[in-house]
Order: sequence, then structure tokens, then C-alpha cells
Amino acid sequence: MIHFVVHDDGDSVGVVVVEGVKAGDELTGWIMDQDREITFKAASDIPIGHKLAIKPLSQGDTVIKYGVDIGRVVADIGVGEHTHVHNIKTKRW
Amino acid sequence: MSRDLNNATFWGYRRENGRVGVRNHVIILPVDDISNAAAEAVASAIKGTMALPHPYGRLQFGADLDLHFRTLIGTGCNPNVAAVVVIGIEEGWTQKVVDGIASTGKPVTGFGIEQHGDHDTIMRASKVAKEYVQWATERHREEAPLRDLWISTKCGESDTTSGCGANPTVGNAFDKLYPHGTTLVFGETSELTGGEHLVAARCRDDEVRERFMYMFNRYQDLIDRFKTSDLSESQPTKGNIEGGLSTIEEKALGNIQKIGKKCVVDGVLDKAEMPTGPGLWFMDSSSAAAEMVTLCAASGFVVHFFPTGQGNIIGNPILPVIKLCANVRTVRTMGEHVDVDVTGLLRKEMSPDDAGDALLDMMFRTANGRFTAAEALGHREFVLTRLYESA
Repeated sequence: MIHFVVHDDGDSVGVVVVEGVKAGDELTGWIMDQDREITFKAASDIPIGHKLAIKPLSQGDTVIKYGVDIGRVVADIGVGEHTHVHNIKTKRW
Repeated sequence: MSRDLNNATFWGYRRENGRVGVRNHVIILPVDDISNAAAEAVASAIKGTMALPHPYGRLQFGADLDLHFRTLIGTGCNPNVAAVVVIGIEEGWTQKVVDGIASTGKPVTGFGIEQHGDHDTIMRASKVAKEYVQWATERHREEAPLRDLWISTKCGESDTTSGCGANPTVGNAFDKLYPHGTTLVFGETSELTGGEHLVAARCRDDEVRERFMYMFNRYQDLIDRFKTSDLSESQPTKGNIEGGLSTIEEKALGNIQKIGKKCVVDGVLDKAEMPTGPGLWFMDSSSAAAEMVTLCAASGFVVHFFPTGQGNIIGNPILPVIKLCANVRTVRTMGEHVDVDVTGLLRKEMSPDDAGDALLDMMFRTANGRFTAAEALGHREFVLTRLYESA
């Protein structure tokens, strides 16, 4: 069963595509572009559609999704942690 | 296996100017806000007609007024419309809209309310509307080649499943439609922010690229002029954020999936401007769903692909809006709004090709007459884009 998807091998985040993910759950992820599966443990409760970090991210780092810059890290994020507006921000506007 | 589109046809209404529509509406079109009441009275009296009320049309000027006329005239010209009754407060601007629509050769008559009042106007307009409905209901669908279909796209209430499921499905369908000489459009200028370089790289040549970047930078300047924050909760919207999108860049990269991997951006349109040939067009436009879809209808598009994540429920009075969704929660809780369920994509139960084909199947069924969810539910959002204050 696929719990989260990752667009590209080099991405720093994946997207949860099932409901009810809780901290501690073992998750299977699908890297779509390379059609490869990976497993991770969720470090937070993560709602459907929200992201988890699949690499450790530090303040000031660039977040990569679709292989492209989607913003900057404003608070450190551990692997498997919920990654959203509380810890990443736009670089535009 | 991919659907074979060679020699594909659909059943539509061929209009006087050669364009083919997939609906056969008789519309009662107000030129301005104060003519809505008369237009709605006519639509109420004459069955089979539809009024398109809106809040604008008085004291607009310059480019904003040009856009107003272009949108009203374009709506009347759309081949999904068989005939038009135009009602305005006075006869000058009413006639201007009538003349614009008449260029297609379709039946159109205008009525000015001044010197007549609502009662007399409603009576005279109703007589014409009745003739138009009886004439329109005798038009028949005929078989038309796929290249006669003009298809627009815009997504709404996107979330992260849009970028990995529903939007790439539109992209897959666009990549399949493009080689068959169809006319396609995408837009949402501000919502390309962070991915504008990817769209620029897809432009046919430097001239198209320069025009695209001009439109893109024009919108950025507008945002820079009026913003009071980083636009979080406006762009991305509160609903986008609820759905897991964190930044405009992330939203834009998901948005761009709609233009597929192969099609080339052949040209750039201003708002409500009509394409002059087949191919994929970029239209400078608002990213607000109803505004953008209204502009697509005014540019002559006859079927719309609308991917959603969190569940935007939009429709349009004359343009059938096909919704597709890859979010299991949205399909479970708001299934009545979804025409094509592509949730299987994210469970690896459906390939991108399967999903694209499912959308194309629904496109043909919709073109041939099937009501979309939005049509059946009565969503007729007609929202005119304004550029600035009235004089």
C-alpha cells in the first residue's frame, strides 16, 4: 500500500495520499519518476495531502519538490516530520 | 494502451462561422448591472433560455472597458451559444455588443431599456427570445473532427494531490490532443510563480517567450504594488494550505503539470482574446476559478478540464466544466462534484495513460451531450474580470 508519493528522486519532501497517518506509523512511499519504493516512519501526525520530510532539513535550506526549489526552511525539520507553513516559507513575494 | 485519437470525432452544433459547439444555449445577456432584472425576467418567461447576470458595465473606461466588451461579446460568440438576446440600459453600448456577436452570423438582437422601461423591454425581448428558442431547438448535432474541439484548463482548490494526480492527468490528455490539431489553453498568470522558467522554456520561439514573460512580469508588478503580506492565505489560498500546499512555488509547479510534457506553448493571449489557430495557448488571466473559466468561455473554448484537490465546485453557464480529482477524501465527501475519479493513480492502480484516457473518454461523452456534475448541480458562475475602479 502506498502511503505517500515523491515526485523525483532528488526531492526533500513527499506527499501523504492516505487519511489518518499517525506519528510512529511505518509508511511506504512511491518515488514516481523513478518508480521506486521507500519506507519511512512518520514522526508526526500528517493529514492527507500534507508533506513529510524525507531528508533532514535545516533552517535556511532550500526545499526541493518536482526537482525544483519550492521555498526555504524557517525551522529545522527531521526526517518523517510534518513539513508545512510552520517550517517552510516562499522565497517570492 | 492509449486511446487512439486518429479519425476521432464528436457530435456538436456547427455554427454559421464554422466553429462547433457542444451545447445549444439561447442566452439573455445584460450589458450592465441594472439590466439584470429585465434579463432574468425574460429568462423566467421563456423556457430554454438562460440569463447571465453580472455586477458590472457602468462607467468603466480604458482597458477595463475593452475587457468588459471583449468578455460579453466573446461569450455571445462562443459556439456553445445558438442565439443571443442582449439587454442594456441604453442602446449605444447594447448595439456595440450586438454588432460584435453578429460577426459570427448567429441570431442576435439587442434592446435598450431607456425610453421603454422594464415592462415593454421584457415583452419585446421575450418575443424574440421565444423565436430564438424554437429555432435553436431545431438545430441538430452533426459529426465533427476532433480538431474542431477547443479545450481549456484551469485547476482550483488545489492541494498536493493535484500536482501528482489530477493535473498530470490533464497534461497527459493535452499531450495526446495536441498533435491532432485541437486548440488548447491554460493561464493563471500569478500561479506560475516559481515555475515561470519552465513555461518560458516550453515556448515555441523567442517572440512567444518574450510575450509570455511580459504578461508574467506585468502580473508580478501588480502583486508587488498592492500586496500587504507574502500573500499566504490568498495565493496559496486558505483551502490550498488546508490541503497541504505550503508556498506559491509548490502550487505553481503542480499547476504546470497541466500542460503535460510534450506540448509546446504556441502563442500568448490577453484576457478573453481569441486564439487565431490550433495549438497550446497561454492566456494572461486571474487564477480565481470563476474569473478564469469565464475568460476561457469568452475566448471561444467549448469544453473545460478542471482538476481539483480539496473540491472546488465551480461551473459556468455556457462552458461544460469537467472535474477530476485524485484526493480520496474529496471524492468520498464531495463525490457529486467529481466527473472523473483518478484516485487510483496515487495507489498505483491506474497508470498516467489510463487516467488521461479516462479524462478523454469523459471529454467525448461531455462533448456529445452528457451533463457535467456542475451542469446537473446548476453551477453557472459567470464572473467578469475587472482591472481597476470605475470612473
